[in-house]
This record gives sequence, C-alpha cells and structure tokens, in this order.
Amino acid sequence: MNRGRLARGAGFWLLLAASLAFLLFPLVWMALGSFKTQVDFMAYPPKWRFSPTLANYEKVLGGSDFLRFALNSLIIAVGSTLLSLLVGTPAAYGIARHRQTRLGLLLLSARMAPGIAFLIPWFILFSKLRMIDTYPAVMLTHMVVVLPLVIWVLVGFFEEVPAELEEAGLIDGCTRLGVLARIALPLARPGLVATAILGIISSWNNFIFSLVIAGNHTRTLPVAIFNFVSYDSLNWGGLTAASTIITLPVLVMAFFVQKHIVRGLTLGALKG
Amino acid sequence: MATLTTGRAVAPARARPRGSAAERWIDRNLRWLLPGPAVVTLLLLMVFPLVYTAYLSLHEWYASSVLGPQFVGLQNYVQLFARDERFWPAFVTTLVFTAGSVILTVVLGLGIAHLLIRVFPGRGLARTLMLLPMIATPVAMALVWMTMMSPTIGVLNWLLSCVGLPPSAWVSSPRSVIAALLLVETWMWTPMTTLICLAGLAALPGEPFESARVDGASSRQVFWHVTLPLLRATLVVAALFRTIDALKVFDIVYVMTEGGPGFASETLNLYVFQTSFKYLNLGYASALIVVFFALIAGASLLLIRVRRSAW
Repeated sequence: MNRGRLARGAGFWLLLAASLAFLLFPLVWMALGSFKTQVDFMAYPPKWRFSPTLANYEKVLGGSDFLRFALNSLIIAVGSTLLSLLVGTPAAYGIARHRQTRLGLLLLSARMAPGIAFLIPWFILFSKLRMIDTYPAVMLTHMVVVLPLVIWVLVGFFEEVPAELEEAGLIDGCTRLGVLARIALPLARPGLVATAILGIISSWNNFIFSLVIAGNHTRTLPVAIFNFVSYDSLNWGGLTAASTIITLPVLVMAFFVQKHIVRGLTLGALKG
Repeated sequence: MATLTTGRAVAPARARPRGSAAERWIDRNLRWLLPGPAVVTLLLLMVFPLVYTAYLSLHEWYASSVLGPQFVGLQNYVQLFARDERFWPAFVTTLVFTAGSVILTVVLGLGIAHLLIRVFPGRGLARTLMLLPMIATPVAMALVWMTMMSPTIGVLNWLLSCVGLPPSAWVSSPRSVIAALLLVETWMWTPMTTLICLAGLAALPGEPFESARVDGASSRQVFWHVTLPLLRATLVVAALFRTIDALKVFDIVYVMTEGGPGFASETLNLYVFQTSFKYLNLGYASALIVVFFALIAGASLLLIRVRRSAW
C-alpha cells in the first residue's frame, strides 16, 4: 500500500515535469537564444553553456523601426480595446441583467466565423475610402476579435454584482442608468481592468487582420517580425530577441488575468 | 443624499419613475438602448461583410481588374466542387489537421488537468506556467519553432538523436510537415483544453468518487468509470472550441510553411487567403469563404447537438 502510493507519487512528479518541460521548452529556448551570439546559436550540438551577450537586444531595439512597430501595436491594441469597452460595457450589463440570450448567440457566431470571412469586404471598403494602412481601419478590424471577447467576459463580472445593491440604489432614487454608473460599474471595476487586459492581449497577438489592413505606417509587431525573417532568415539571435520582447509584455499581463482567461477563450460556454 | 424617507424598503426594483422626462425615457427603453451600440457595431463589422461576401461569391472579380464584378451565378461554386485542383486537397488537409489537433489537445489537456487538479506544493506556479504557450504571440512562437526545427542544426533533431531516433525533416518535407505543424499546434493549444478540463474537474460532485472508493475501486477504475463519464460534457465543449479554432488555423501555417512544401500543408484558410490577397481573385475567394464558413458552422452545430445530448 505504502509502496504503491510512493511509486504513484514519483510517477506523478515525473509526468508533471514532462508536461511542463514540453510546454515551457520553446519559451526557454527563445529566451536562451536571445542572449547567444550568432556563432553560439549555430553550434551543433546546441550549446547550453555560453557567455551571454546583449548584442541581439541592442540591435533589435536600436534598429530604427522596431520601436515604431511596437508603438503601432500598442496604439492599435489600446484603441480597439477602449472602443470595444465603450460599446461593449452597456451591452454586457444588458445581457447580464435582462438575460438577452439571443445576443449571446450573435457573439458565439462571431467566435465561430473565420477572420478571413470579413477581410475581403473590408479590404474593398477601406481601399475605396483610402483607409488602408490607417489606425482607425486596423482598430476596427481588430474589434471583430476584441468586442465579442470583451462583452462576454464582462457579462460574467456584472452577473457577480449583487442585484440587491442595485435595487437599493433604485429605491434610493437612482435612475436605472444611474445604477449602472454609480453602483454596477464601480463594483465591476476590477473586472473592467481584467477585461481590458484580455482585449489588449488578443489584439497584440493578432496577425491576419494586420497583415492585410495595416501597411508601412501602421504595421504591428507580429507582421513586422514575420517580414524581418523573410529578409534575414539566419539571424536567429535577433529573431529570438525580438520574439522575447514581443512576448514578454503579453506573458506579464496574462499573469494578472489568468483566472479569467478560460472564460475569455470559450465565451463562457462552460457555464452553459 | 437619501431621498428615502419612509425607511420601509418593501417593494424592490419597482421604483417610481424619477428624474427628468429624458431620463425617464432612457430608463424605459434601456432594454434596447444598452446593447444597441454593440449590436450596430457587430452588424457593421461582421454581418454586413458576410452578406457582401455571399453576394460577391456569385460574381467574377479580380481586384486588379478595371472592370467591376460580373455576375456569373453559381459558376464559382461549380468550379470549386468539380474542377478546382487545390480545393479538395486543402479540404482534406484541413480535416486531417483538425482531427489530429482536437484529439491531441483534448487527450493531453485532460491528462495535464488530471495532474494539476491534485494538491501539491507549487501547484499555483505550475498552473500559471502551464498557460504561457497559449498566451505568447503565435507568430513569434511559430518563428521560434522554426529555429528549433532546422533540419541541420535544430535542437529538436539533437533531442531526437539523444534518444537514438533518426533526424526528421520537420516542415521541409511533405511527408512530415503536417505532423510538425501538429506538434506546434498541440504545444500552443493544450493549455486551453487543460484549463477547460480543470474547470470541469473542479466542478465535479464529490459523492460518486467517495462511493467508488468505498467500493474499493482502483484509481484507474475511478478515472475510466467515474471521472470520464462525468466529464463528458466538458470534453465535448473542449472539442467544440478546438474544432472551431483548428479548422481556422492560419498563423502558424502561414508563418512556418505558407502552405508548402508544394501544397502539402495548404489548409482551407491558407488557400482562401492566397486566392484573395495573392491572386486577388475576390469573387472566387468569396465562394470559397462561403463553403469554408458553412463547414465551420456545420461542425459547430454538430458538436453543440452532441453536447446537448451529453448533458
């Protein structure tokens, strides 16, 4: 009995270690590689002990365009998230309070639809309006991903605001809109922050919309790093350094919202 | 500022109208005023493009052409199903990739969730670290995997050699490209199925497990005869979302192979993208999109139905 439990314990730690090794190896490889010189990176068998260099980071950050693309990514992520919060917050409140399930279905179909299904009409429309490669156009396309996510995550937060508090507000003479502004919103503030972070992450990571709608002026980091590889495919140090810089902010942000990620990804389907 | 004078809060929610006429009007119509902006935005951003795409699918139109769209009826669809030499291979590739992705991520996700549901020191940290592949920027990670998969000096071939296996060509051979892409896909999305399974496991009732243990069931028997049946609905949800996302796979394939070598890893999403924005054949691409969308919707509805019956 005791031996069996012990063996299972060892097996447990082994399986856990194997799972984490599989999931973390590429990230560790990326971080290590970003500190390697070209010679160390091209060594075979791979070098695990090497004298680290910051040259890759200096080159990437010193290059004229990387910071510009990072700023583009930030502007577009924050812009599309703020716009989504603006129209999404009242909708989420409505869904949570009035049980508007048909709206939920609309959001689910938004989650189902492939992004490419919208790209052709936008491409035509934005070309006609001469809006290709402008911030508003890229932000609007990113909203297709961000808005359903924002609404769905917020519904969960508003459902947690106790209805008694809102009823008390109504009795105390608030209008229903006042209840939303003075009671529900302040109580859901941590939820709003978490939702904003999830929105920013999903916009920051987006590739296909930026690939088509963004151009030289509005190019975001994922598209920029993809282009970088097509003309400098052997500069692995630069590539991993850039990947680390792109990924790090997202991982840090995710740390704060990990509890809500599952809801964001599944649009709450777990709650039925 | 308490306007409450009586102190008898008896009738909840049914407050008498207060405020100006405008405020009262807003309050009365809040039911559609609140979701209004979001609905309008979604209609403009999503429904209009879908309708326009369906319209365009009945036309022939190259974006590079000076002529406008020419109405051709169902010709695009006829060509797609009967004469297109790239559609059916892309269709099959998509299905194979999706099946592989769903099975691998759900099985691995369930396994890892089964580990992480147990109480052990460092569990919180393990759960956080486990999330990272799903959050990291896909394009950047696909490029990092490319360096790992280098046939000559890649670390993956070195790992294979460490355990005595022959090197693989990974994405540079048509024979191994799908498996290599599935490896990246599984790495990236197993955290999602793990999260879903963790939520499902945490919500399971305790009694069936206790009575199974009282009856002397081994932990393997408990897993197969108690955990799995109870978790069926959760697993269907995980499969549903993985199916939707795997059918739509784009980022990693476009970055790592662009559908190659040859067309060996061309999925439907890739083919649609190339038709639209490389060949600028927008009418035909629209027909492809309609079929592609129908495929995703069909698969989703099927799984939703399965889920209902599994509940």
